[in-house]
This record gives sequence, C-alpha cells and structure tokens, in this order.
Amino acid sequence: MTPQDRELIAGLCAARAGIKVDASKAYLLETRLAPVARREDFAATRDLVEALRRTRDERLIWAVVEALASGESCFFRDGAPYEAFAEDILPRLFERAAGRPVRVWSAACGTGQEIYSLAMLVEEAEAALQGRVDLFASDLSERALEKAQSGIYTQFEVQRGLPIRLLVRHFEKDGEMWAISPRLPQRVQWRRINLLADLSRLGGFDVIFCRYVLAGATQEARARILNSLARTLAPGGFLFLGDNEGIDGLTEALIPVDGRPGLFTRRPAVRAAA
Amino acid sequence: MEFVPVKTCLVVDDSRVIRKVARRILEEFGFDIAEASDGLEALAWCRAMMPDAVLLDWNLPTMSGLEFLRQLRQEPGGDSPTVVFCTVENDVERIREALDAGADEYIMKPFDGDIMACKLAQAGLA
Repeated sequence: MTPQDRELIAGLCAARAGIKVDASKAYLLETRLAPVARREDFAATRDLVEALRRTRDERLIWAVVEALASGESCFFRDGAPYEAFAEDILPRLFERAAGRPVRVWSAACGTGQEIYSLAMLVEEAEAALQGRVDLFASDLSERALEKAQSGIYTQFEVQRGLPIRLLVRHFEKDGEMWAISPRLPQRVQWRRINLLADLSRLGGFDVIFCRYVLAGATQEARARILNSLARTLAPGGFLFLGDNEGIDGLTEALIPVDGRPGLFTRRPAVRAAA
Repeated sequence: MEFVPVKTCLVVDDSRVIRKVARRILEEFGFDIAEASDGLEALAWCRAMMPDAVLLDWNLPTMSGLEFLRQLRQEPGGDSPTVVFCTVENDVERIREALDAGADEYIMKPFDGDIMACKLAQAGLA
C-alpha cells in the first residue's frame, strides 16, 4: 500500500466510525487488511484499496473499517470493574429497581468476552439476590458479533481472564474449542450498532460497559460517543470506561465516581432519552 | 526499609524445558523457585519446607500430580499452598477432578506468559 492508500483508509475509518488509525503504521494496516483482501478475492491489499477508491462500495468500506476496529479482548479484563459491578453496583440497582429488570449494555462487545463475563456475574447475582437483569450487547463489526453470538472460543481465549471454576460451570469442550452454555448467548439481545449513530432510541440503561473504545477513537468521536452514552444512561446509571480513559474536556454530562478509576455516573441535569 | 517476604513456588514437571520456562515467568513475579520432576520428590520438598505455591503437572513418572495434590492436602500445613495445575489434560472431567482434589487454578498447556499472569492473579499470587 502506498502512503496515499493508507491515508485513504485512515480517513474512511475516522469518518465512518470515529476510529483513529495511524496511517504511518504500514505493517498494522497490511496485517489487518490482508484477510479482508483474501476474503474479497483481491490479489493484494493495494488492489483492495484501489477498488475502494474506484467504486466506493459501502459493503467493502465497512469490511475495511470493521477490520481496523477490532481490538484485543479477554474475560474479566482488569478484574476490578467486574468486582465493582457484582459486589456494589448490581445489588444497589436491584434494590432501586424494585422488581423491574436492570438494563445492562456492553456497547462495544467485540467477540463477546465482556458481555459473557457480565452474564456469568448476573446469573450468580440473580440466584442470590432479588432482581432481574436484561442484557444487551452491540458492536460495530458484524464478524465480531457473529463470533460473540456463537460463544465458541479457543483454549487460549478461555484461559485469558476466565477463572477455571467459571470455565467448567459455563463451558463445554467442543473438539479443540470451548463452547459457552447456550443459555448465556440466548439471554443477550444482540445488535450491530455504530456508536457514532443516533443512540437516542436505545435509552434507559442502568449500566453501560464501553471499555477501551475511546482510546482508539478520534478526539471528535470521543466527545460525541461520550455525550450519546450519557444520554442513554438511566438516572443514577453507571458508565464503565477503560481504567485509563478520562472524560476531561470531552463532556460535561458525566461525573467520575470517587475511588473507581474508569467509572462514571450521569450528571443529574442531563435528560434521559425516551 | 520495608521487609517484603519472598514467596516460594515449587514447580513440579518432568520436563526440564517446561520447568525452565515456568521458572523464568514466575521469577518475574517475584517468586523464589524450587523444582521437582515427580510427585514423590515434590512431596518430600513440601514436608521439608511448605511453599507458598505449587505449579503442578498432571502426568509424572512415579506419583501423578493428582495423587501428589491429594496427599499434600492431608499433610500438616498442606492446605496452605496455592496449587495451580499446568497440564495437557484439558477434559472438563479431569479439571473437575483437580478442583475436587484441592487445586486452586488450572492452566491448560500450551500456555504463554499472559495466561500464566492471568492465572496467578486469579489464584491471588500476583
């Protein structure tokens, strides 16, 4: 790929999904786009880019954007946010909800490790406490969503962050792979969502996980995503970002929760979406 | 200056290569390492000085990892080490057997440094 090719790709990613792509990272772009080129029957990535330039085919553009959107994922990433969710936030929300389901959304669920980590904790909490949870998961990438919904992981993937007792409780071996118990994907409502789109119709979430998305977004997209997410939070709801992801200068709609890095709540003045 | 006690980990595996790899990773987490190539040798080690942690293979020459673990848990002070299996055995039933015998965590080979770090953290060792 030429520098112009890489600039074209970076521009498309920023415009369509707010994804920050460093056009100087030739190797990264090549390795992410090579599988797309193969899948789409192009001899090389430069042919894929040439086709993009010539046709502006939306399907092809999204295949490229999705390939550059995908990041690393593991179960119970960083540990502490999940402890806070299970031990502090969920019991409080159950009490406040007084019988209505608590709504939990994994906004950029990738290949599913985040929503399934939450689902496992939710099952335990529902069994121990009086309360119900509705789980929602979305991602920009159709391919990531397909994998997430399949609930099938490699041995390497299930060993990243998943305690062994949860593995044997929730997974079965399927040849060389590990398949999650079907009841977990079945209880999640899955949707493809671009976080730059209008999210106002989704509103009323008590908890949103959107961890390590902002770090890979352009400055403009960060502010837009944060303000959209704030509007979709129910009053008193909580937003989990990555541990090192701040909101300074990006939004006035959220306030940090003391002593919990990466955890925010909605500033009371912001109106909830319908 | 604060005194920080060194944690000890006994690596039990009949493969010298695996012991070497495990030693390198565990030393990065501040462990002092002892090595044994068999369950009997490991049990003798524990009777002489109980480690804080044991990284344990399943298939060993004279006493299996599972048998070692069962006996370890019967020894005076044998309930204290955190035991992490590290084995090619990856059937759910085998894993359940290990947990029933008193294993705290379980690593399925092949593994890498990230997996070892995750498992040590889950076992409360890192």
